[in-house]
Amino acid sequence: MQEELHIHLSVNGKAHDCPVSTRKSLADFLRQDLKLTGTHVGCEHGVCGACTVLVNHQTARACLMLAVQADGCEITTVEGLANADQTLSVLQQAFKETHALQCGFCTPGMLTTLTELLAENLNPSEEEVREAITGNLCRCTGYQPIIKAGLLAAERMRALGDEIMTPFGGPSR
Amino acid sequence: MSAAGQMDVHWATRSLPEHERPGKYIGSPVQRTEDEALLRGLGQYVDDLKLEGALHAAVLRSPHAHAKILAIDTSVARLMPGIVKIYLYDDLPESAKKRLPILVPNPAIQQVMTQEVLASKEVLCVGDPVAFVVASSRSLAEDACDAIAVEYAVLPAVADCLQALNPSSPTIHSDIASNMAAHVKMGFGDLDQAFALAAHRVRDTFWINRGSAHPMETRGYAARFDPATGDLCVWSSGQTPHLEKKNLIDVLAWHPERLRVIINDVGGGFGPKVMFYPEEALVAHAAHDLGQPVKWIEDRREHFYTATQERDQWWEMELALTAEGIILGLKLIMTHDNGAYLPWGIIMPYIGVTTTPGPYVIPCMGVDLRVVYTNKNATSPVRGAGRPQAVFAMERIMDKAAHSLGLDRSLIREINFVKPEQMPYNNGFIYRDGKPMVYDTGDYPRCQAMALELADYANFPVRQAQARLEGRFIGIGFANFVEGTGLGPFEGATVRVQQDGRVTVLTAACPQGQGHKTIFAQICADQLGVPMSMIDVITADTSTISMGIGTFASRITATAGNSVYLAGKSVRDKVLALGAFLLQVKPEELSLEDGVCFVQSNPVLRKTFAELARVSQGMPGFSFPPGVTNGLEDTQYFSPSQSTYCNGTAVAELELDTDTGQINIIRYCMSHDSGNLINPLLVDGQIQGSIAHGIGNATLEWMRYDDEAQPISTNFAEYLLPMSTDVPHAQLVHLCSPTYLNPLGVKGAGEGGTIPAAAAIISAIENALKETGLFLKEAPLTPPRLFEILHESGFFKRSSA
Repeated sequence: MQEELHIHLSVNGKAHDCPVSTRKSLADFLRQDLKLTGTHVGCEHGVCGACTVLVNHQTARACLMLAVQADGCEITTVEGLANADQTLSVLQQAFKETHALQCGFCTPGMLTTLTELLAENLNPSEEEVREAITGNLCRCTGYQPIIKAGLLAAERMRALGDEIMTPFGGPSR
Repeated sequence: MSAAGQMDVHWATRSLPEHERPGKYIGSPVQRTEDEALLRGLGQYVDDLKLEGALHAAVLRSPHAHAKILAIDTSVARLMPGIVKIYLYDDLPESAKKRLPILVPNPAIQQVMTQEVLASKEVLCVGDPVAFVVASSRSLAEDACDAIAVEYAVLPAVADCLQALNPSSPTIHSDIASNMAAHVKMGFGDLDQAFALAAHRVRDTFWINRGSAHPMETRGYAARFDPATGDLCVWSSGQTPHLEKKNLIDVLAWHPERLRVIINDVGGGFGPKVMFYPEEALVAHAAHDLGQPVKWIEDRREHFYTATQERDQWWEMELALTAEGIILGLKLIMTHDNGAYLPWGIIMPYIGVTTTPGPYVIPCMGVDLRVVYTNKNATSPVRGAGRPQAVFAMERIMDKAAHSLGLDRSLIREINFVKPEQMPYNNGFIYRDGKPMVYDTGDYPRCQAMALELADYANFPVRQAQARLEGRFIGIGFANFVEGTGLGPFEGATVRVQQDGRVTVLTAACPQGQGHKTIFAQICADQLGVPMSMIDVITADTSTISMGIGTFASRITATAGNSVYLAGKSVRDKVLALGAFLLQVKPEELSLEDGVCFVQSNPVLRKTFAELARVSQGMPGFSFPPGVTNGLEDTQYFSPSQSTYCNGTAVAELELDTDTGQINIIRYCMSHDSGNLINPLLVDGQIQGSIAHGIGNATLEWMRYDDEAQPISTNFAEYLLPMSTDVPHAQLVHLCSPTYLNPLGVKGAGEGGTIPAAAAIISAIENALKETGLFLKEAPLTPPRLFEILHESGFFKRSSA
């Protein structure tokens, strides 16, 4: 097996064309090679969800995916979630207001997971938000403020309608 | 303010309107200052440090619970790609060849066994470090670990703490004569008389396994040596920067003024990160030895093997009561599985037994505490620190007594509560802080009443009868606790007005998500009349403050918070004194607002904090006028005279699926009294989060070992943490009994949610099954275990009959 392969991918809207070790996980590639340390590694076996990133707008465990598998993909990490003017996104702002983070280690995965949910469903029920984050462990908050943040963000995004821009650069559905 | 510096007002309740709050910020649910960076992925956790030229380490660990090391061959591994150095015991400096110090010694400890930095000749548990491999990358270091050949002679391992006390049991270490680490007998009052007079005696034995803390970020360390200055800087994902520094000075024989520990963002702690671990010494030593930065980040499997846990305890209890249900006395034999080492002494089991009386008057009590070595990972406090077990055992025996006497569970508690008029109340023990356990303030009967009212306990029988008609098993249970918080000896803070007019707070307090920076900014801002946005808080850097203890035992707001308060007040006085001198008025004619000191009657006469700070820095050669001193800064080390005791009541209502053993919590209510609340938003967050941890302890989390002491729950599929669907929204109600033990009147709030949870939930499960007469004696009750208990009890035979 080749030890290194050349990959081409976009991360948070920026193109990267680089060699990468074939044994390197996407999480390690983002953290070590691109210095994007917002993606956290909590368990390295795909359970805790801290490393969740968006691969072509879909959530994926960056600890279970090899960097070479991301060749040709469009990746969004927590560093790419803020609005274009660098203000906090509606979801990030809702997290702040509802005290939905304490240590902050699981937060990037929570944010990417709920970003995916809100891109698909701007009118989720409490149960749907709760269900959406079952793949993300949090040891600090007891989850309730995170669910509240998801619902608050959905409500605000509905009110904003077409004005709201998703992290993927287009209006939300 | 009174003359003693005590706050006159009890602002307490979370709904206090703004105009009644004691300050602009204190008592207000302000949003956290920490969040902005964390939400953008810009946190600085230890693995996020970008150290130029850093090397990466991996640890080769013992696969055996007990073995002699006969030989280690690194000849193949040494030559593998990227390998810089492999350290074995013999490669360590002499100062690191001793066993690690015991962090909290106690004369009751009969045989001290602590870990070695690297095993010299005998490994005592799975995960003991044997070799430390430094390479250009973590993966190459791990590859080399696989290529190191270690020849072991496997010895018999001790897996069970009760069997460990059997005289024929093997010992955990060849040099140790018995597995009894400490045997403490203590108590108060005349037990024989109490039991002779008793109309009722109720006894039972309980087993509790509490698992580990599992912060989402594992442990990790990085270090860099600067040959130009001789400075060694160590970054850690810890809870106790000064404690780590103290240990590094000893283990590396380092100059105290040339060693600095910095703890930036930490992804959760909950207890185990308080300990000093071998890897920290190894990383620091290698960084010096190799002249290059070194980093080691624990993986989750290692965390299961090596981060301390709480694990197994056995509680044998016997309660003596009058015919009316008044407690006369309590006997307790508690056996604690401490694992192979005593890093934190016997603190955790000691806290456990002394917490047993809780909110009840217990006239006499006898304790036989047996702290036992086993060939397992060491134990030390995890959120709750031994108290959840004590509350579980005590509340279970109270429930059993209620059933025996035909009393409602709430009534037997009411009969025995310490009443508010008995405060301050001495429960008879000497606490873990070395002081008599004197409950300072609180209203336990009211706290229980508030929680039961919130849970609509009175009407539960109607709900339960209705559910049974529908074929559903619902139950309600509750538990009370009293928790010693705000432990000494001290935690300090410096408040300094900088030359740009901004204010800095420096403290050794070490946050892992609690929101310390926000709390300290709130407290400081109110003293100095500046907006919170003008305050920078720097925590957990040993170079900024000379002494510190660390973050554990729900102690930081009560200790460091009060230091910020006192230092802030003192700096306020300095600002006023200097302003009065420069503006030629009396200090009492001045006001402070938005970082400006001005004359109330003529606000045009003013000096900004920046101007005052520059004056206070002095001009070369010029003396200060009388009454003016150098620097607008002060350092305080608030030292409480004893712990302050918070309390609360948790009520769980749940439905049990008897076919699967799965529970669904329908409603969870809690009353909580932690004195004055600096930030109710953050206190509620602490309680909701710690309830989640308690739910894990009640029904999910079980750190399991086989008979050879091999850990068999070493990933998040075998060891379950609560998910979002396991944790309900908790309804909270606060009572506020400010303490007189510190000027802010605050008590700890970080663990109260965890402590009574398992007791309340398991009481509720039992209540759901009340027709069966089952008495539940263990925690956790995982769904399979609960199903098994139902099966063994003949429940399914009965229901199919």
